[in-house]
Amino acid sequence: MSTRTSITLGHCLLVGLIVVNAATATVEYNRDVRPILSDKCFKCHGFDLNTRKAKLRLDEREEALKPAKSGELPIVPGNPEASAIIQRIESADPGEVMPPAKDHAPLKAGEIAILKQWIAEGAKYQAHWAFVPPQSGNAKNIDEIVRASLARHGLKPSSKVDEATLRRRVALALTGLPASSFDTKPSSFESFVDTLLASPHYGERLALDWLDAARYADTNGYYTDAERQAWPWRDWVIRAFNENLPFDRFTTEQLAGDLLPNATLEQKIATAFNRNHMVSNESGIIEEEYRTGYVCDRVETTAETWLGLTMGCAKCHDHKYDPITQRDYYSLFAAFNNIEEKGIIKEVAPLGAAPAILLPTLEQQKKLDELGGELKQLQAKLKAVQPSLQQDIARWEASALGSLPPAPTAGSLVHFSFDTDAADYGPKRVKSGVTGKLEDGPGVKGRATMLNATQYIDFADPQGLERDVPFTLSVWINPGSSPQGCVASKQDSDANGRGFEILWYKSQPRINLAHRYGHDGIEVVAKDKFSGGQWRHLVITYDGSSRAAGLNIYVDGKLSEVDVRRDTLSGSIASKEPWRIGWKGTGIGFDGGVDEFRLFDRVLTADEVAALHWREFFEGTLATARDRRAKAASEKLEAYYIARHGTPEMRMLSQQLTQTRDAEESLRKSVISIAVMQEMAKPRETHVLTRGQYDQPAEQVSFTVPASLGELGANMPRNRLGLAQWLVSKENPLTARVMVNRLWTMCFGDGLVRTPNDFGLQGEAPTNAELLDWLAVRFRDGDAHTKPWDVKALLKLIVTSETFKQSSCFTPELLARDPDNRLLARGPRFRLPAEVLRDQALAISRLLVPTIGGPSVKPPQPPGLWEAVSYNGEASYSADQGDATHRRGLYTFWKRQSPPPDMLTFDAPTREVCTIRRPRTNTPLQALLLLNDANYQEAAQALAQLALKQKNHRIEWAFQRATGRSAKPAEVAELQAFFDDQLARSSELAAWTMMASLLLNLDEVQTQH
Amino acid sequence: MKSKLNIDPAMTPIGSPLAFTRRALFGHAAGGIGTLALSSLQNAQGGLTTFAPKAKRIIYLFMQGGPSQLDLFDPKPGLAKRHGEELPESIRQGQRLTTMTSKQTSLPVAPSPFKFAQHGQSGAWMSELLPHTAKVADELCIIRSLNSEAINHDPAITFLQTGHQQPGRPSFGSWLSYGLGTENSDLPAFVVLISRGSAVSPADPLYARLWGSGFLPSNHQGVSFRSSGDPVLYLSNPEGVSRADRRRLLTTLSKLNTMQHKQSLDPEINTRIAQYEMAFRMQSSVPELTDLKGESDDTFRRYGEDARRPGTFAANCLLARRLAERGCRFIQLYHRGWDQHYNLPTNLALQANDVDQASAALVTDLRQRGLLEDTLVVWGGEFGRTTYSQGKLTGTNFGRDHHGRCFTVWMAGGGVKPGITHGETDDYCYGITRDPVHVHDFNATIMRLFGIDHTKLTFRFQGRDFRLTDIHGQVVNAIIA
Repeated sequence: MSTRTSITLGHCLLVGLIVVNAATATVEYNRDVRPILSDKCFKCHGFDLNTRKAKLRLDEREEALKPAKSGELPIVPGNPEASAIIQRIESADPGEVMPPAKDHAPLKAGEIAILKQWIAEGAKYQAHWAFVPPQSGNAKNIDEIVRASLARHGLKPSSKVDEATLRRRVALALTGLPASSFDTKPSSFESFVDTLLASPHYGERLALDWLDAARYADTNGYYTDAERQAWPWRDWVIRAFNENLPFDRFTTEQLAGDLLPNATLEQKIATAFNRNHMVSNESGIIEEEYRTGYVCDRVETTAETWLGLTMGCAKCHDHKYDPITQRDYYSLFAAFNNIEEKGIIKEVAPLGAAPAILLPTLEQQKKLDELGGELKQLQAKLKAVQPSLQQDIARWEASALGSLPPAPTAGSLVHFSFDTDAADYGPKRVKSGVTGKLEDGPGVKGRATMLNATQYIDFADPQGLERDVPFTLSVWINPGSSPQGCVASKQDSDANGRGFEILWYKSQPRINLAHRYGHDGIEVVAKDKFSGGQWRHLVITYDGSSRAAGLNIYVDGKLSEVDVRRDTLSGSIASKEPWRIGWKGTGIGFDGGVDEFRLFDRVLTADEVAALHWREFFEGTLATARDRRAKAASEKLEAYYIARHGTPEMRMLSQQLTQTRDAEESLRKSVISIAVMQEMAKPRETHVLTRGQYDQPAEQVSFTVPASLGELGANMPRNRLGLAQWLVSKENPLTARVMVNRLWTMCFGDGLVRTPNDFGLQGEAPTNAELLDWLAVRFRDGDAHTKPWDVKALLKLIVTSETFKQSSCFTPELLARDPDNRLLARGPRFRLPAEVLRDQALAISRLLVPTIGGPSVKPPQPPGLWEAVSYNGEASYSADQGDATHRRGLYTFWKRQSPPPDMLTFDAPTREVCTIRRPRTNTPLQALLLLNDANYQEAAQALAQLALKQKNHRIEWAFQRATGRSAKPAEVAELQAFFDDQLARSSELAAWTMMASLLLNLDEVQTQH
Repeated sequence: MKSKLNIDPAMTPIGSPLAFTRRALFGHAAGGIGTLALSSLQNAQGGLTTFAPKAKRIIYLFMQGGPSQLDLFDPKPGLAKRHGEELPESIRQGQRLTTMTSKQTSLPVAPSPFKFAQHGQSGAWMSELLPHTAKVADELCIIRSLNSEAINHDPAITFLQTGHQQPGRPSFGSWLSYGLGTENSDLPAFVVLISRGSAVSPADPLYARLWGSGFLPSNHQGVSFRSSGDPVLYLSNPEGVSRADRRRLLTTLSKLNTMQHKQSLDPEINTRIAQYEMAFRMQSSVPELTDLKGESDDTFRRYGEDARRPGTFAANCLLARRLAERGCRFIQLYHRGWDQHYNLPTNLALQANDVDQASAALVTDLRQRGLLEDTLVVWGGEFGRTTYSQGKLTGTNFGRDHHGRCFTVWMAGGGVKPGITHGETDDYCYGITRDPVHVHDFNATIMRLFGIDHTKLTFRFQGRDFRLTDIHGQVVNAIIA
């Protein structure tokens, strides 16, 4: 076969090309034959029973030798001419030829030759290498294996690279920072490696690839891409790598930390791995469709990350190439299907999507404990002062209503009590209607209507809203998990938005009276901030003055302080739209309960508002048996009683109690929570889903692992914990290989398996199978000196090998014969990942703030990127200042809808789905970024200032700082000429900044070599 | 950009056969790269019929949010007498609705309040909201029978533009950039332009994935042009750095990199040197592109005075024409705000007014410049809207929910049949009665216009040969000239 044809066949034969050319002419099934059969034949004659044609399968020898229906023998060992598959492949008859003409995928002459030779040699099959547990062989080290392979190909290893380049290489590989960031004094290379492995920056570098696989981000991804706080998980990963948590535990804690006996908080945080997937808040989506999608994401991400397999294909049908059935897929799905979660996620940071755990900081926890203690003390004191308090209250309740001032009735226009149905209103009957199906629930008094932001109640305007017409609106709301919504409106829905609205916006009541929305109107925000989950009373009074001062907001019967955002009302606010409860015309609904909606045609006094508040509160609360009242209601009632009937000492204690409770509540609200895995008491039933459709359940399945990869041990629990244990068991052929490949890639830029996300039949065979297996066994089992699954030990083994220490320069021979360094005849050479490029520039210029972990940060980025794409342009990027702008790249805030542009430009994924390998491109946009981005400019300027502090040999010094090596005279001469030229045109600092920018743009600075 | 140079050699063989072939070819080819790549693709895969490409570039006017087909293109006069009647079950057939209206107790029919008329010799129907578009009716190929399974924005727009409802796949533009490269090495092959609509409806979000490269090499991702600041990110030199300064820096940088290359023989270094030079060229070619000063008053009259304001749809249309003139392969516009759940009569009119004149101007302008023959213009959104009202139906006011079962798009130029209307919908504009065109069919047809067999432009990822149309798609030959 000619070289050109074999190349166009793609990667599989490219590998073959190198090998076959050098070796003798024996054909090997795994290396030479399987790629052809898998690519061209297995789709119809392979593993998938449903698509198998003519009942013929060629992926198993026994089957392939059996006579076909027609009596033909598909494969006759030793006799290619008699084998039907060869006859069919070579057939000139379009009706006969295989693969069928419509597939447009005929075999090449070279491929046919390989098949013939293989059959002639006996048609020997081999199990797929990746599905057989690795065996370590007799080799003693990496170099022995690599050199033997090089010798077979007639190649020699390259010479050792110089020490300075080697140290830069290893520092970047293990920490993502240049060697100059570390104490370079240790005399030996090995002790330098130990320094790097002990550095906390090691964990940051290791986390980089893991965050891609785990599709980690700071936002939810779908639809409005709301913010989340997942960084405590990211910090867990960094910590786990730094503490060298053995990889089996690293695996178990992330997949099933919550299921471990006496699970710690840390172990629960680790399980956020499987909650990093995207979630949606789009109104209108079907909950189960999305929830199912989340579970699928967990299945596929877990399989790709640990097994290097693509389960996704088996979601809808048996895998076409790998021995994974659709049943296998859903059997794995069963493990991830048992958390109490929703499809539509309304929670926003700091609240994590349920199930979530609270993560108070040490300080917050201390304060919470203190407040909890104070509350107990105060309650005990109150009880000591008045042991019969509860009995006193119970007695008082009987006559309490009689002692309350009456609720105002004069001027009442409308009252919706929601006790019977929406059309239950007050003295002046108004025409009303309902859009959507209303549901009711317990209210502050009787029943309430429970809205989910899609339904609303409207009613005709009983008096005519206008800017000179006074009115009072009173309503109780109990907001749900959505942070904003429209409580009520009477407002035009065109661009002018003329009319009135009450929004509950970012936990604050916000009132708008507008002639032209945003221009001519009154906008007032109550300073009282409250979260959902409790009934709160809102009263808005307006005196018809057209001034913000004439508008009052009462929260729970008390006048609230307000921020006046706009006070320019001069035009009419009459709207042609009806009043709407739970809705504004531009499509914003309300998520939560609404009760006791009232309108008056006058301004209620503060006393009347208070009377209305307590009337409605007491009438509702007292009608509920004492032991069935909400805790907040009981506490409120107690405070009311003491304020009016208690002794001065009791009043003082009660006030303190209220204050302490408020303090505790507001602190709790500021505590972040993170979405985690948490098993339901009773697992959900899992079914195979026909064609992967959420609403097409077929047979029921329970959790197990894919049969072709092994089986769960008898002692392994039938849940995620069992899955984790199986993944790291010796029977599992893949996990160790996949992780070893990942670590090798980190050091060498490419893996020993060049399809790191596909170890299956369609993937590439390892470039050096013996080496992969040797490393995998060693990693899995450890040896006399190292424990099993020791990541640091494995990395040390790799970077201290002579193979790693080779020069990365090409030779003409290597360029021609092995440009991709599959045979490892030279050291690693590749452009640095996006984050490392940034980190290195900050480190070289000494700007780097080396703080580990914490909330994500926002370094400067070009303006307007978020606004251009976000919902209504609402999301806006505001860059941090100071230290936060000089943190490492992995802490940059990751918005999936609009990821950091410097990262995307250098091939980072969007983090929407699991990514095992980033592409590595070389583009003009990258050049523009490194030359012009403000962050790199700042680094150049800082480096310039450092250089200017040097007394002499500034160019040499700066060159050394940027590249990690001494400049050659010719290089110094070029740079000097450039500098002199610049200096003649600008200030010294400007000339030096240009110089520094040039240095940071050198190819070798961008490259790990 | 010369995409072939951007591919890391270590990456290339892992991709499809195409990627490798292209690299081999592109190393030498200078102009007309697209054709070469394409024929090599077909030859490599077995010498099947090579289609002669009719379109060389596409301007995709994406109306994000879902414009109402039955208020713009697909009149249903019979509905006038059914105002407020319940949508018959025989039409609805229990198909799934979004949860915004699935809980609605009533699905009242809302006839279009807009007047329709036939236009041009072709007699194409168009509503009064599109007076300018009506004038180019004879250039248009109107498809009334596009359909999609998706019923919500995020999955629907992701589906139409990447062939899959969930994220992770390459966008249409990145497929074409990958498959055909570019005709202008000083400009990106795939450019994105975004404008905001005038409607008070929500402007639904866009996502980087819609112009992302998915698993294709990232140099094929779309470059989003901005209307303020640098049109291309990081394009301008920092303050105080002149073009001459930049030139001197690049010259020295190139010398030092060349020294490194002599020592290491790493071919990536030469590629990097070339990319820095291209970056330098872009620093002049992009400002030249976005500078509209040279455009005549006549042009602004044609596109509308809005075209003078950067970031408007009209300005983006004009920019699109300039990109087309310069050989940009895939020009993707988004106009946001077509999500008329409420107050459709007012808001739809505002949206239509935003785009009508400039869309029509683009077609005639391309025609007059002789570019329409090989430039495909597409106008449409991710789905249509329901025939029934979302929320209350009053005489003058109503809204429409999302509707994927039938919606209308139009195409012009680039080898489509002009002056035809393809596909028919039922009396309620709810289902398709003739010539359905599924999203995959639509995408397959666009590829076909570029001379590409959609089943053969593939990329191997995770062991599978992926393509834009997944395992589906039938070319709609009836609309190809």
